[in-house]
Amino acid sequence: MMDAIGSQRALNYDVKLLWEYPQADAPAVDFEEPSSFKNRTGQSVRETIGLAQLKEPTVVRHFVRLSTKNYGIDNGFFPLGSCTMKHNPRLNEKTARMAGFAHIHPEQPVETVQGALALMYDLQKTLGEVTGLPAVSLAPAAGAHGELAGMMVIRRAHEAAGNTHKTVVLCPDSAHGTNPATAVTCGYTVRTIDTKGTGRLTVEAFKEALGDGKDVAGMMVTNPNTCGLFEREILEIVDLLHKAGGYFYCDGANFNALVGSIRPGDFGVDVMHLNLHKTFSTPHGGGGPGCGPICVTNELAAFLPVPHVVKQDDETYALERHRDTSLGRMKGFHGQFGMVVRAMTYILSHGADGLKQVSQDAVLSANYILSQLKSLYHVPYEGPCMHECLLTDKRQKEKGVTTLDIAKGLVEYGIHPMTVYFPLTASGAMLIEPTETESKEEIDRFIAIMKMFAQKVEAGDTDIFHEWPVSAPRRRLDEVKAAREPKLKYAK
Amino acid sequence: MSALKYTKDHEVLKVDGDTAWVGITEYAQDALGDLVFIELPEVGRQVSKGDYFAVVESVKAASEIYTPVAGEIIEVNTALESDYDLIKQPIDKGWVIKIKITDTAVLNELMDQAAYDAYLKQVA
Repeated sequence: MMDAIGSQRALNYDVKLLWEYPQADAPAVDFEEPSSFKNRTGQSVRETIGLAQLKEPTVVRHFVRLSTKNYGIDNGFFPLGSCTMKHNPRLNEKTARMAGFAHIHPEQPVETVQGALALMYDLQKTLGEVTGLPAVSLAPAAGAHGELAGMMVIRRAHEAAGNTHKTVVLCPDSAHGTNPATAVTCGYTVRTIDTKGTGRLTVEAFKEALGDGKDVAGMMVTNPNTCGLFEREILEIVDLLHKAGGYFYCDGANFNALVGSIRPGDFGVDVMHLNLHKTFSTPHGGGGPGCGPICVTNELAAFLPVPHVVKQDDETYALERHRDTSLGRMKGFHGQFGMVVRAMTYILSHGADGLKQVSQDAVLSANYILSQLKSLYHVPYEGPCMHECLLTDKRQKEKGVTTLDIAKGLVEYGIHPMTVYFPLTASGAMLIEPTETESKEEIDRFIAIMKMFAQKVEAGDTDIFHEWPVSAPRRRLDEVKAAREPKLKYAK
Repeated sequence: MSALKYTKDHEVLKVDGDTAWVGITEYAQDALGDLVFIELPEVGRQVSKGDYFAVVESVKAASEIYTPVAGEIIEVNTALESDYDLIKQPIDKGWVIKIKITDTAVLNELMDQAAYDAYLKQVA
């Protein structure tokens, strides 16, 4: 009797695996009779490959129910540090679906897609202006792909100059993991700049990593850095780097803090990637393909990937498909054009003053959270912060509550946890990035929950921290068991 | 029982003549949490000072274990592959590799128990 009733209550749906639903005797989709695979009597050869056979309503309900178990920026607060989980304005979607953008083909003659090329050209120009790095390629398909393209540009530049002795790239110990990974992928070895004591780059630590600088090809730095702090000594450091013949690669992951206030080209950046899905509001991850343009100085423009949109003397647009000095092609056709439309829509609908307001609001939100929580949580590096703030579990850990427990508590209260245990330089890190999207009410709820957590720990009321989340469909997961004995396939 | 030697990267060495058992310290074990994977080296591999010879992965992070001495790996604790928690045991059971040291003079650069305890106070 109870089996027939199942575990579904109200909107908490019971979702089975596809094979566990009643199987239909015919598929929901009609396939044509295969013309090949006939036996000698002319009959079709049929063998089952074991796919589930389900009716259409069963399939629809299965996936709709699964989708209700998802959490994203459209559901609620998502303060995942370093990821800039901001709202994706629906206006972006409207323009991206305009027939002139959505229904064109990449192999169409360029004369018939002048509007699309004009838009790409305008985005190249605009990104060049906001970064102060005038040469722009829209080709890379994501942030890490942009990093790769950017470091390949640097490598090409060194090769062109015959600098084969430059084999080392400097990265701070707080860097995004992709930075050293990119450097190694490009054939460099990584030397680490120590920032543990300060949370920031210092001229002193930089000099130690630089040595005589002869072998240094470049430096990869995120500014503001992964602790949410602006690199105050960057001008002096970049000066030393440039004197040693190295290029400055800036990871643009945290550009949402700077747009409209500072142009990275003005603090010495030579190459930078931008994550359109962070700073310029195109969808993250499963929401759509990514786009990670790179912006470089005029000196490095010759090495950018192709194709590249150029404006000709007669005011028409053309695609530069080949350049001898180019590092080549990074992506099929012209990159993720739909993302270009969305980002340009975002930029035009905000205007120069609006973009500046966005980054200032993002910085204000993060500092508001920091100011409200700093008396209850350990702050490893003194603020003010930029667009994200860094706390640790140092005080709570003494009572047996760790960053992981706090993150699970946020799941219980319907908030996506902040980034945890990153950057690696701060033990038990909690990196909180509210973005400009959230209202004061939403941020105040987060602050109230975090304060309540700290007070519970202070009072010794810690048992529940090891139970959370208790309201989630699957409650607390055993992460160690999941990693030690992963079940990677469903055994029927 | 020979004295234990420690590194700034939280490796611990039990030295006997020109051979040493290398493992990770209690501090490192705590910081890592429960391990979910260990990648061990092959016996016979030559390593230089500062090379990593194994990777330990927890739910939080993957970390490398470095050798502070150059030499040849002469034995690997393969029991770790089926029992990750063994690494939490004292060095006699929780060792990762046994290494034949090329130049034992390097050992003088490592910390003894007292120096390591002081170092921990500084980093914690």
